[in-house]
Amino acid sequence: MTGLATGRPAEPDAPAEPDAMGPGSAESSLVEPSLAERAISVRERIIEMCATTGGGHLGGGMSLVEILLVLYFEVLRNDPARPTDPARDVLLLSKGHGALCLYSVLAERGYFPVSRLAEYAQPGGQFMAHPNPELPGVEMPSGALGHGLPVGVGVALDARLSGTPRRTVVVLGDGELQEGSVWEAAMSASSLGLSGLTAVVDRNRLQITGDTEDVVGLEPLDERWRAFGWTVRQVDGHHPAQLRHALTAAPEDGRPVVVLARTVKGRGLPHVEGMAKSHFARLGDRQRRQALASVRRGAQPATARLGAGPA
Amino acid sequence: MTSTLTLSSRETYRDLLVQAMPADDRLVCLDSDTGLFLGQDFGTAAARYVNLGIAEQNLLGTAAGLARCGRIPFVNTMATFASTRALESVKIDLAYANLPVRIAATHGGLSAGNLGPTHHSLEDLAIMRLLPNMTVLVPAQASATVELFEQCLDLPGPVYLRLGRSATPDLPVDAPPIRIGQAQPLRDGDDLLLVACGPYPVLLALQAAESLAAAGIEAAVLNMHTVKPLDEAALTATGAPVVTVEEHWRSGGLGSAVAEALGETGRRVLRVGVADRFVSMAGDQQFLLEQAGVTVEAIQSAALRALKR
Repeated sequence: MTGLATGRPAEPDAPAEPDAMGPGSAESSLVEPSLAERAISVRERIIEMCATTGGGHLGGGMSLVEILLVLYFEVLRNDPARPTDPARDVLLLSKGHGALCLYSVLAERGYFPVSRLAEYAQPGGQFMAHPNPELPGVEMPSGALGHGLPVGVGVALDARLSGTPRRTVVVLGDGELQEGSVWEAAMSASSLGLSGLTAVVDRNRLQITGDTEDVVGLEPLDERWRAFGWTVRQVDGHHPAQLRHALTAAPEDGRPVVVLARTVKGRGLPHVEGMAKSHFARLGDRQRRQALASVRRGAQPATARLGAGPA
Repeated sequence: MTSTLTLSSRETYRDLLVQAMPADDRLVCLDSDTGLFLGQDFGTAAARYVNLGIAEQNLLGTAAGLARCGRIPFVNTMATFASTRALESVKIDLAYANLPVRIAATHGGLSAGNLGPTHHSLEDLAIMRLLPNMTVLVPAQASATVELFEQCLDLPGPVYLRLGRSATPDLPVDAPPIRIGQAQPLRDGDDLLLVACGPYPVLLALQAAESLAAAGIEAAVLNMHTVKPLDEAALTATGAPVVTVEEHWRSGGLGSAVAEALGETGRRVLRVGVADRFVSMAGDQQFLLEQAGVTVEAIQSAALRALKR
């Protein structure tokens, strides 16, 4: 069978929800934080982890925040109390350097206490800079790039063989698309008609040494995926309503879906937004305070120089 | 080496898998355009035969995804592609994640013969035994493939099953049953211990033991069909010098494993294997083995050196 439950009914058209990133209403925020409020919390925690002696992948975590929040809070069928429930939807973070964002969102979702994020980079602890599958909610080890989509093909293939309404979502970095294994998997997914498989590309256009288009160009990216037999949806990757729509609209005629999510590396930190040097950072105390202030105010601080270097 | 060729371990494995799949819906056969399954009838399990084409990284990753969901995928490719081309997928997706994928690696050793060094696999045992959680199996005759296949089904982690390409001789002895992780004793002897894995090496070791016996040297022969986990107890049950025999480069494989295990005991270990070069010439498996220096004479010579100290 190829039928696969999408998380939610499709919305008729690309919706405009201008308040989606705005503050939640006073009433709802008393009950449960809005996605925008959660995004601030998640970003604050990423900054805190990057302020440890180990440092962390700052930029690619910041660009992922809305993508992972929408998936974990609005799209995927998952239960933090039962992280290995066979009926769950599966999210594979192929861009393993997004681990800090994943940890933070999993904590926000309740897979483990937020307080445990203080263990990040502590010697002997479970919170490494790349995803540790020992942690609840982390589905696979990743970090070496180009592994997630092949594994996703297997998870989606099992769903089809089992007749399980499982949804499999693989989150990829754009630089990662330079790995050949991604395209091996892309070919097989469409060849097998795995419409239960969705890829989300965090298209922030930056890799360690610069713009993806200057290193090994990916464009025209939509045409490339389409040529590989996928349905392509393009969205603003910081716009929850657009993400929600792209991730829940019904798949078409046995094709897997790729969501090309335009994002900004280092989003929320004006002094490193869109800069390759945000890839990995170890924030000093002053930089940490400035970054936290930027994220909280959504405003650009007067001065902020983030120590940044290669991973 | 004069022996009757009987069955290929590759074809034996194929028949086992095709027969086992309908009754066990955990099993999935992932092919990579090998041609091994052309014309096979999987019956009610037909949907669980999936040909992923010529893309080994995706093959291993897909297997990992299936295994995460409770399946037991059998991955089919050539030994050298599984162990070198797709190595990172094996390391991370299977070994690190400790998933029950079975890698059916055909064309082990020099069994690809004329196809040349691109298809020879003289590094795979070294690579696979380095990986935590991996079980490494090398049947020495087609019938052993049956035992190892059945026993590996319920192992919790990944398994590397090294198979030949063509028919190989049956061993000229009544071998006791095989248990994964336990060396199979094929011959007794107090003077020397010959440790071998794979069809021709085990056969050559038995032949060398016969020749040595004629010269008054009694050599025991162990079929080390499980290279990992290595049966160290069987190695230390005797204090005799050791000669290892394998269809693999001398570095890294069975000989290295034995030398590592015994190195701190002061035991003498000599290794017979393929010299440190590519076997770049035409010829069948037996011819290439001789050219590469894996011969009865080489074993005898190593035995005499091992006994002289």
